[in-house]
Amino acid sequence: MDLNTLTIESTRAAIQRGETTATALAEAHLARILAEDGTINSVLATTEERALRQASFIDLLAKTGDPLPPLAGVPVGIKDVLTVKGTPSTAASKILKGYQPPYDATAVRKLEEAGAVIIAKLNCDEFAMGGSNENSAYGIVRNPRALDRVPGGSSGGSAAAVATGFCVASLGTDTGGSVRQPAAFCGVTGLLPTYGRISRYGLIAFASSLDRVGPIGRSVQDVATMLNVMAGPDVMDATADKTPCDDYVDAMSRSVAGMRIGVPKEYLGEGLDPEIRAAVDNAIEKLKAHGCTVHEISLPHTKYAVPTYYVLATAEASSNLSRFDGVRFGHRTAEAKNLAALYRESRDEGFGPEVKRRILLGTYSLSSGYYDAYYRKAQQVRTLLARDFMAAFSDVDAIVTPMTPTPPWKLGEKTDDPVSMYLADIYTVGASLAGICGISVPAGETKDGLPIGVQVLAGHFQEAKLLTVAQAIENQ
Amino acid sequence: MTDMQKKQMVSEDEVRHVATLANLELTTKEQAQMQRDLNSILSYIAELNELNTSDVPPLAQVSELLTETPTSAWLREDIRRESLNRELVMDEAPETDGRFFKVPKVIER
Repeated sequence: MDLNTLTIESTRAAIQRGETTATALAEAHLARILAEDGTINSVLATTEERALRQASFIDLLAKTGDPLPPLAGVPVGIKDVLTVKGTPSTAASKILKGYQPPYDATAVRKLEEAGAVIIAKLNCDEFAMGGSNENSAYGIVRNPRALDRVPGGSSGGSAAAVATGFCVASLGTDTGGSVRQPAAFCGVTGLLPTYGRISRYGLIAFASSLDRVGPIGRSVQDVATMLNVMAGPDVMDATADKTPCDDYVDAMSRSVAGMRIGVPKEYLGEGLDPEIRAAVDNAIEKLKAHGCTVHEISLPHTKYAVPTYYVLATAEASSNLSRFDGVRFGHRTAEAKNLAALYRESRDEGFGPEVKRRILLGTYSLSSGYYDAYYRKAQQVRTLLARDFMAAFSDVDAIVTPMTPTPPWKLGEKTDDPVSMYLADIYTVGASLAGICGISVPAGETKDGLPIGVQVLAGHFQEAKLLTVAQAIENQ
Repeated sequence: MTDMQKKQMVSEDEVRHVATLANLELTTKEQAQMQRDLNSILSYIAELNELNTSDVPPLAQVSELLTETPTSAWLREDIRRESLNRELVMDEAPETDGRFFKVPKVIER
């Protein structure tokens, strides 16, 4: 069985028909991680015992002949910022080294209840801060499609593991593009659900008004299947919205004919790689062939999205990360002479440079004398950005854009210049700030063989429409 | 150009001050690096000043935009639920007697 091409449905069906067992698949994936992850470094810990226990339960279910649940026996990896009970969950930070959370994230629990076999915790940028997966305290992740290049970030391990056959699907999180961009860089599919669509209970917080859990898979149908299972309210998360859910797998069989597709001119400007531009044009042509009408639109505040994002996300991070103080969990400095020194030294030893940089920036913009000029200003521009999208979606059903301005860059290429790294987020952070849903769909590769992703965006809670359009692009 | 937009917006002293506010300790080398990075990021962020936002309300949470579900509808019922297992929670503490978190002396005599 080729572990690189399994999908959620083909895995479930093969186990249902008795062609393989969940146990054999879990063992095959675990063996592959052991043998091959030395190069990629996408896995921080395997959850072998839990995986094999769940797999043997699925195999018992399969023997009854009853229809198996949607993710039965599917090996799934979990980004390390999501908690898995009793398994090290470190957010790829030294400050949480060895931390074993006392509870499962709701998204993890729901996947497991739908039959998924949780197989590994996956590497990422420390506290999900980064766009290249070069900020992990446990080493960089390499792009399986080009080992000298970044896999994207922050969910770089989640995208790389799916791309290289360590798991069939995975969970990432997306605060400013962290599911969609690595999915594009590794040639897999990554979904950003609407803010509030999936519970964040058990997500180690970075920026609470932006953080979202999102699935990564090998097809639009795979992420739709995972969304079906994870979407909906949760008593453990007041921000998990009660807006009714659609059947997102059913959306796969709906027609795109007659849909109005918007193409924002601001997303096709200077700095866009011509091969990526060609892939977007190609996707648009396919949508036309499927009966969509295509309209140029404007999202006039687009150029302000990145600076707005870096003010708001860092401000929220400076507050959220104050909980890491060496008292209740995680790293504590060996010898501190008083409580204040204990906080400072534990944090100094525990946090990496990008996390410190963002905490400092966030603290600065929230500090006395600068709050109005930076934080409040950015919140006002956020209103303008959200209004741009809401006006657009009063006219079009979905928006199609490039996912990234360039293909994955070389390891180390941008690490000395935070601003150039942040600018790579230009097409991702708008949707993050506006709270709308989006998806990255593979759309071919460059002549050098580097994956290209096309982004589809839809309005708040319009995931069904989003997935219908994404599927039409996928089927080109 | 306003004061905000000038280069070197953040001085060395300010970096130290912000680090203190954030409970971070920085080495001298880190301080210089962070000062350089903060200034480069802040001069980029200053682009936001091109926009007149005097009549624009700030947005803290996108849910504020969505009228479908009023905030009151999110509140869960106020009923008693099981809490996390105390033993598991305290097990993760660096230093504990099983009931309390232990820390060094707070007030020096």
